[in-house]
Amino acid sequence: MTADGPAIVVSDIRKSYGDLRAVDGVSFTVAEGEFFGLLGPNGAGKSTTLEIVEGLRKPDSGSVRILGESPWPRNPKLLPKLGVQLQASSFFERLTSKEQLQTFGSLYGVSRSAAVDMLELVGLTDKADVQDVDLSGGQRQRLSIACALAHDPEIVFLDEPTAALDPQARRNLWDVLRAIQARGKTIVYTTHHLDEAEILCDRVAIVDKGRIMAMGPPAWLVRKLDAQTQVIVEHGTVTADVARTLPGADNVVDDGVSIIIATNDAGLTIKALGELDALNKAQVRTATLEDVFLHLTGRAYRE
Amino acid sequence: MRAFSSLSLAMFKASYRDKAALFFTFMFPLMFLIVFSLLSGVKLGSEVEIAVVGDSRVVAALKNSEGVNLQEFKDSTTAINSLRDGNVAAIVVSQGDSIDVRYANGDRAETGPALAKISDAVASANLGAGTTPPKFAVRQKPIEETAFEPIQYLTPGILSWGVSTAAVFSSALTLVAWRRKQVLRRIQLAPIGRGSVLSSRLLLAIVIALLQAALFVAVATLPVFGLQLSNQWWLAIPLLILGTLAFFSVGMLLGAVCRTEDSVTGAANLAVLPMALLAGSFFPIDKAPDWVKLITNALPLRHMNEGMLDVLVRGKGLEALIVPGSVLIGFTLVISTLAAVFFRWEDK
Repeated sequence: MTADGPAIVVSDIRKSYGDLRAVDGVSFTVAEGEFFGLLGPNGAGKSTTLEIVEGLRKPDSGSVRILGESPWPRNPKLLPKLGVQLQASSFFERLTSKEQLQTFGSLYGVSRSAAVDMLELVGLTDKADVQDVDLSGGQRQRLSIACALAHDPEIVFLDEPTAALDPQARRNLWDVLRAIQARGKTIVYTTHHLDEAEILCDRVAIVDKGRIMAMGPPAWLVRKLDAQTQVIVEHGTVTADVARTLPGADNVVDDGVSIIIATNDAGLTIKALGELDALNKAQVRTATLEDVFLHLTGRAYRE
Repeated sequence: MRAFSSLSLAMFKASYRDKAALFFTFMFPLMFLIVFSLLSGVKLGSEVEIAVVGDSRVVAALKNSEGVNLQEFKDSTTAINSLRDGNVAAIVVSQGDSIDVRYANGDRAETGPALAKISDAVASANLGAGTTPPKFAVRQKPIEETAFEPIQYLTPGILSWGVSTAAVFSSALTLVAWRRKQVLRRIQLAPIGRGSVLSSRLLLAIVIALLQAALFVAVATLPVFGLQLSNQWWLAIPLLILGTLAFFSVGMLLGAVCRTEDSVTGAANLAVLPMALLAGSFFPIDKAPDWVKLITNALPLRHMNEGMLDVLVRGKGLEALIVPGSVLIGFTLVISTLAAVFFRWEDK
């Protein structure tokens, strides 16, 4: 009905628990097919925001529209279009991967074979007859995402899908998430891994204390920060004194292993280092979303 | 319909795979049956004691029967005393061609086997006499009501307990696990009627209760236990279903109130075990003080026990279901309303 409109429109939603303003005036829009990330530390209000959008909670004020419909009160017309992944253990007892998908699919009236197709998408075909308790953490997480997709929804909500996964399992899951987006799904997900959101998301909203601090494509947010770039060369290639004279160079630190040059113009600085033939094993470290977060909140992201 | 059948199938599979729960559900009541039978002095597989007064071809035939131990008495008065004391299962009084058979009412474990032996003996005596009409006419008459043999009392009691405990535990644990693991939320977010979910879970509980009853009664009727089923035993089926509904709703209430599997297990034990003892599932409570009996009348399990006893053993008809049935239905309505009030989709 709103083929060209945004998939999700959230307008100024608020939710308080006692004195705690869990969500304090959050607004955002997600386009169809977009991969949208809600980022922030634990307790920032990401999950409550997501739950309000999913229709699990009523906001104290504000409104949510999904595909033109309100998710609250429980809207059976909308539910088949939404896929919601909860925590990695949200399974029925003692069923195999295949049976989990069939059972979750049946809640939506999906045929048994269609539900099982999702196993392939998440790379669990060889685990079809294994019960959830015998899967690894990463496999369980992928199964739980497959269960959210069993009825082929248009919009997928994932709450911290990569939390508590080891780095390898996280990277496997990224491939799954990209594959889902490639199928044309709209994805809204929360994470507290800023680095991951930077890689995966089309757009992110950085949430802290129930408010959105900044929103936009990750690269744009980082560039807007106008932060200095660090160019790092091996100790001994140039002296700190020489480094300070380089064009663009601002602050130079010699920590005994590397010379770390903070520069306002990385291009010029690197070019000059090249002319000095000092680029051997050089590293360039640009600002990240973590720097954006630090800049916005005045505190480091990892407390 | 697809959701209902698919959910039911999933729950049956899960239930079948939970071997510990299967053991608890099906073997535990049987263990209780054995233990309580031994404690209550059921004579397991012993010979049938039959008292005889007078002599006839029937008595001669009884003497030749396997598994019968005859005790001869001079007159029927001393024989009846022996019957009352439980020393013999039946008396055969022979006076000429007429045979009087006396027995304690049909509830004693040995009565059935004893009557069977006697009727075999009469048949063989008649065959030997070769006359028509048969020479020996048998008149059977029970002596006045006597106490049940323990097995007759234990079977309905332990079965009611087993069914109620399984219904309470499985529904309570499922509800808590589903809430804690957020399966309830997934259901909440699916376009499915909550009735389908509830009814598929209830179907599982009812099927389990009926299977429990079938296995339990089958074992109890083995000669070694010697349960005598009444002809009206099938009236136990509606009672089992109503009992399952009542205790399923207790489980739903406990599951709604408790947060963790551990706490709900404790709560379920606290609810079921004292109730089973007070309701007389294991021991008769006839000798309990009046105020205790007053309490037990408020317990649904007490009424389920009584109803099961009436239809399984006492051979009472449909009218025996009225009181227990109404109590269980009323109880179900009250408790399930409370469960609905306390129900939460998630922990907060």
